[in-house]
Amino acid sequence: MELLWLIPILPYLGATLLILVGSMISRKQVPLIGAGSIGLAALATAVVGIDFLSSGQPYFQQTLWRWMNVGGLDIGITLSLDVLSLVFIFVITFVGFLIHIYSSEFMHDDEGYARFFVFMNLFVGSMLMLVLAGNLVVMYLGWEGVGLCSYLLIGFWYREEKNGHAARKAFILTRVGDTALAIGLFMLFQHLGTLDFREISARAPQVFTVGSETVVIIAFLLLGGAVGKSAQLPLQTWLPDAMAGPSPVSALIHAATMVTAGVYIIARTHVIFELAPSAQQAVATVGALTLLLAGCSAMMQYDLKRILAYSTISQIGYMFLALGVGAWSAAIFHFMIHAFFKALLFLGAGTVIALLHHEHDIFRMGGLRRSMPTVYWTFLIGAASLAAIPLVTAGFYSKDQILWLALAGEKGNGWLFTAALTGAFVTAIYTFRMVFVAFWGEEKTHPAHHAGTAMLLPLIVLAVLSTVAGFIELPHTLGHVQLFSDYLNPVLPEVRMNEALIHDEWIVQLGAALFTFGGIYIAYLFYIQQPHLLPPVKTYFSGLRTYWLAGWGFDAVYNALFVRPFVGIATINKNDVADRLSDGMVAITNYFHRLFAWTQSGIMRWYMMGIVIGTIMVVTISMLINT
Amino acid sequence: MKPIPVEAGLILAGILFMLGLISVLIRRNIIFMLISVEIMLNAAGLAFITAGARWVQADGQVMFIFILTMAAAEVSVGLALILQIYHQLKTLDSDAANTMRG
Repeated sequence: MELLWLIPILPYLGATLLILVGSMISRKQVPLIGAGSIGLAALATAVVGIDFLSSGQPYFQQTLWRWMNVGGLDIGITLSLDVLSLVFIFVITFVGFLIHIYSSEFMHDDEGYARFFVFMNLFVGSMLMLVLAGNLVVMYLGWEGVGLCSYLLIGFWYREEKNGHAARKAFILTRVGDTALAIGLFMLFQHLGTLDFREISARAPQVFTVGSETVVIIAFLLLGGAVGKSAQLPLQTWLPDAMAGPSPVSALIHAATMVTAGVYIIARTHVIFELAPSAQQAVATVGALTLLLAGCSAMMQYDLKRILAYSTISQIGYMFLALGVGAWSAAIFHFMIHAFFKALLFLGAGTVIALLHHEHDIFRMGGLRRSMPTVYWTFLIGAASLAAIPLVTAGFYSKDQILWLALAGEKGNGWLFTAALTGAFVTAIYTFRMVFVAFWGEEKTHPAHHAGTAMLLPLIVLAVLSTVAGFIELPHTLGHVQLFSDYLNPVLPEVRMNEALIHDEWIVQLGAALFTFGGIYIAYLFYIQQPHLLPPVKTYFSGLRTYWLAGWGFDAVYNALFVRPFVGIATINKNDVADRLSDGMVAITNYFHRLFAWTQSGIMRWYMMGIVIGTIMVVTISMLINT
Repeated sequence: MKPIPVEAGLILAGILFMLGLISVLIRRNIIFMLISVEIMLNAAGLAFITAGARWVQADGQVMFIFILTMAAAEVSVGLALILQIYHQLKTLDSDAANTMRG
């Protein structure tokens, strides 16, 4: 377990090494360092994880060095391992490693090959710092680190202006949330005198009463940070644009890991949220609204990666919903399963896009199931998991648990359940619309070449994981296996159930299954069986369609409300008002400089004359004064 | 022998000083300017001698020795400068040495 410090250090080391020698070594050696460092980190995770689980300790803490100690604020670079962070580091290093292997082929011909791996390693290192941090300040360090790497990777192909624009948008929008998080941190320190997670959990119930004003404000500020990072309502608009980055980046950062940092921080500070019921209710509401809104938008997109982006927002909405009803372990379970199948879908989409000469439009694909069968089958498994097809997919077990707890959990209610169920229906529609349009039907573009092993192997591994990983947590009605929630129990409390509903779980499961199959059938009906039915529906709902296609017009509203006024003020204030003072001083100095520079003519006789006149004046004045 | 009145000595010193000053101001030849400065120095020295004789004090003559020493140093430095200026500019016109104006 003493090897814990190696886990975040290894990726940082890889990044440093690549910065130093990246331009000197050959293209074969770059992924050896880039992916190798992540592979070693994954190995270290496995060793540490097995060691930790067999030791039976509740947590393991390692302080590397003291960072600062000012006025009672004692911050150490502390790594803390417990079951919750173990899940996260497992997903980050293993999925990260698979994605790095994939990238070694995907990015092979890119001119910034070494630069790409530098950023990716830096990201993995920061993300590991985020989830292993023992206190909020170190966590904030990792939090900002992943934000920076996200910016760098969205704008990776920086020669196109729109990529830079998307990168800035992501950075600024998440910064809005980060500011809230920072203020929340300050308030926590003011009231509890500590930023250590374990001490916060111990002291918060003693200091705050349930629902007191301070703790509600703190919880809302933490939620603000989570909402920004996890692209939830109302800060969700950056994620669809973030698809400007390379596909492995979308898979790792904007689907599997970074965007779930918000879920992590809420789960980590769940004590605060339990003390602030109204904030926790807000978490559930945000999740429910986001999953509906993003799901509807996903149905209208035609860019393959944008569909997946909206679907990610929607799935994180499910996680927030689970957190909001107190189903902590269900949220983390869905995080893990989602990381597997969404990484799989993004990598599959990346393969399709790369093989079809950077074609993003699904309506120009078609028939790919014959030309790239491996990609088709793995993508189908991922899509099935996303749509939560009953019994055989992992997504069913994780999402079904959330659906059930949204209704039957103590804090759940009918509205949240209805939203989640509608979301499941919408998810099935957009997922299989994507599969049917892109992979079925007649071929429209023929792939340029075939994908190599380095790209297909991660797909297959992830496809296996998106199926079997679900069987570690089965509902009461189907086998009742609770390996995952029992495992998380030391950190996250079990959800309290509404006893009146406890025997109706099978009805909910049946309903969810029906809605899923209904959604798939609708997609099949409109896109495969009777395509002629589609145009009239499209024209009938054309207003709604454009509205949803643009992500409910949030971008337009934000442009009108914030961006344009700000740009307007900036234009008016182009010559900064505050600069007037210093500019004025410069102008006065310049004026006198010119005045006196004229007297310095370089003719000696003039100087002499000056001396003479000066002397006469001084003598005259002194004589006048003396008399 | 009737002693020379102090006023006569001071007036002579004043006339010499004004002549030197005017020629410094109107001459462009740098050697003449140096000579004019010498005249002014000697005028000041004459004023010291006269004053020293009037009050029968040795201080005036001491000051004249000082001025003489300083004039010698000034001429050596001044001539070296003149040589350099002539070497650089190939002229003795002091107005030509205005390249550092403004």
